[in-house]
Amino acid sequence: MIDKAILLEKMKTSPYKPMKARIIEAKMVTENEKFFKIELEGKINLSHEPGQFVMVSIFGFGEAPISVCSSPTDKGFFDLTVRNVGMLTNALHKLNEGDIVGIRGPFGRGFPVDNMFGYDIVIVAGGLGIVPLRSLIRYIMHNRNDFGDVQILLGCRTPREFLFKEETKEWMRRTEIKFKCTVDRADPDWKGNVGLVTSLIPGVDINPVKTYAVVVGPPVMYKFVILKLLEKAIPDHQIIVSLERRMRCGLGKCGHCQIEGIYVCQSGPVFNYAQLKDFRGECHEGECYEKKI
Amino acid sequence: MKVKYAILEKQDLYRWVEYLKIKARLYAPKKKENLFVFGPVKNADEICLDYIPTILPPKKYYFPQKEKLLEFSIKPFKSEKAIKEFEEYILFGVHTCDIAGIQCLDVVFREYPEDPNYLNRKEKMTIIGIECFKYCDKYANCTSMGNNVPRGGYDLMMVDLGQNFIIHINSEKGERLVVELDYIKEAKPQDLAKLENFRNEKKKMFREELNAPLPEVYKAFSEYESFHSEVWNDVGRRCVACGNCTAVCPTCYCFDIVDELELTLNDGLRYRIWNYCQMDDFAKVATGEDFRKGRNSRQRHRYYRKFKYPVDKYNRYFCIGCGRCSRTCMADIILIETVDSIVDPANAQNYKGLIKNMPEVCQITQDTGACDDR
Ligand SMILES: Cc1cc2nc3c(=O)[nH]c(=O)nc-3n(C[C@H](O)[C@H](O)[C@H](O)COP(=O)(O)OP(=O)(O)OC[C@H]3O[C@@H](n4cnc5c(N)ncnc54)[C@H](O)[C@@H]3O)c2cc1C
Ligand code: SF4
Ligand code: SF4
Ligand code: FES
Repeated sequence: MIDKAILLEKMKTSPYKPMKARIIEAKMVTENEKFFKIELEGKINLSHEPGQFVMVSIFGFGEAPISVCSSPTDKGFFDLTVRNVGMLTNALHKLNEGDIVGIRGPFGRGFPVDNMFGYDIVIVAGGLGIVPLRSLIRYIMHNRNDFGDVQILLGCRTPREFLFKEETKEWMRRTEIKFKCTVDRADPDWKGNVGLVTSLIPGVDINPVKTYAVVVGPPVMYKFVILKLLEKAIPDHQIIVSLERRMRCGLGKCGHCQIEGIYVCQSGPVFNYAQLKDFRGECHEGECYEKKI
Repeated sequence: MKVKYAILEKQDLYRWVEYLKIKARLYAPKKKENLFVFGPVKNADEICLDYIPTILPPKKYYFPQKEKLLEFSIKPFKSEKAIKEFEEYILFGVHTCDIAGIQCLDVVFREYPEDPNYLNRKEKMTIIGIECFKYCDKYANCTSMGNNVPRGGYDLMMVDLGQNFIIHINSEKGERLVVELDYIKEAKPQDLAKLENFRNEKKKMFREELNAPLPEVYKAFSEYESFHSEVWNDVGRRCVACGNCTAVCPTCYCFDIVDELELTLNDGLRYRIWNYCQMDDFAKVATGEDFRKGRNSRQRHRYYRKFKYPVDKYNRYFCIGCGRCSRTCMADIILIETVDSIVDPANAQNYKGLIKNMPEVCQITQDTGACDDR
């Protein structure tokens, strides 16, 4: 039990209170997604881990969990990429450079980068899944020598949904990172692969015990991708995923994000497949194999 | 603390209540039509100490249904903790089960990151309990949960010994409410003997309501099969997802966060409001996936949040046995039945409406006509 004096001191403030932050850059990156560069008041660093998220507030509209998509090695600011789907995200899309938002966090557990040092990395992204993964990719680029071979596999529904195009070209130019992408449906200008992201996996050359696979995408994607990775004999705990759940507090209290006894906002959103396998249900069909009721 | 037990004569009860009213805001059980509620005390004679669990638990005072979290303004950006001053209050005549409920929320909100609103309110709370001597009704499962007797968590605990109350003094805060009064005296050995006698009599009357002892219940909930039991489908088919069971539960604490703007459209308040895991969009995300889509899986979640998950996480059952969820359910989903059926699937066969070996009519009803049996 914690000391009462410390507790009383803590009670003067509130974990529900957002910090003031300023948008220093904002641009639409696809029809539905907007990119924001954000600076906390006093230019303090967010000090997040790749894969963690923040709660973004616009007073009067509410709050939503959004992944930080820059690396902690990007100092003095952080990035968010937001899809317009509802109340808060719609309000956020109306904001531009110079506007103020509230930020709480960072929350949750990020990708286990410390354990990944020295390993080969396979990154599998589906659609918006590239957003949280960008924090990891940038982290790896900034600490390139700490990791073995790095391969990125990206799948989108159509070429128009392609996020971070310029950066992708940059990644592709760098020989030390292999990059492959595919779309479900091509348009006339598309010259790359067509098919689901799973179709890229058999082609990758890996040494399974030396490899971490990191998978982020819509729930339906996980099952198929994980199956393919298991076929490659990557151990369960070296397959990493990030899950999306409804979240209201980020503090392990409000109950919305719960999967069985686990609070995703605190113990996740990043999990490894060994953990995921133990969930007996309450996952989307894709995320784990268990029988549903 | 010197005196551990004190004696209050019954004729002095109202006098003491008046005294307590001066010390702090006083909330106590009162009769409301056929039921009971916790409410502020104007006159001492409103208090009803012979009651079955109130419609809502005293939770509404330490975890209010709608509670200010932040005061904000958009331009210039301002965000501040909304409530800075909390007032002292006394919860009077709280049952031992409801006190266990407060202990449950203590565990949750004291866990890192601590919840300041709850802790502020808890800091200002004084609990004066009353130990039951009669069975509430067939819905309660307090004995199985071990909460039919006091297990700490209060400042004072009153036990009705006939012509007087014996009061257990359990904290300095509680002590301050009795020491300076000449009409509350130190208990004598014969009073303590009476208390022991009371407890022995009580043991004879209170039986475990669940078929299996608690460790077996936990074990059953941990079995792989239980998670996919037919029982959840049956319960899910009957449930109408009204959320009442979670609203009345002393250990449910899920919430939503909403903003309300003033007419200026610049200043406003951010609130936390109760939310219920039984509502159909509770676990739905913006892309449309719903992770607990069926009422069966939502009901299962409720039960697991009482008998399994918190035991793993906090080493504590989050059902205190008040029976409110069963009492309020319009679909007759009875906790005792559900749990028994999970422990022993054979029980699920002769399931519906079967409530065994409980006093048919609520004992308190006979005296006061209070809880009409359904
Ligand atoms: C850990 C985590 C990280 C996340 N990271 C990101 C991220 O980096 N980027 C990102 O964009 N999202 C991210 N999300 C998802 C994001 O949190 C949700 O999109 C967001 O909460 C939606 O909030 P809202 O207030 O805009 O929507 P709400 O107003 O809450 O509305 C959503 C609900 O209303 C419906 N709805 C409302 N308006 C529309 C509409 N116009 N079209 C269709 N349906 C509608 C939706 O079906 C949905 O049920 C993340 C989520 C989590 C849990
Ligand atoms: S009170 Fe009964 S009907 Fe209502 S949500 Fe609870 S179990 Fe379902
Ligand atoms: S689950 Fe039902 S009986 Fe148990 S504490 Fe909650 S309301 Fe009371
Ligand atoms: S978001 Fe509230 S408990 Fe996880």
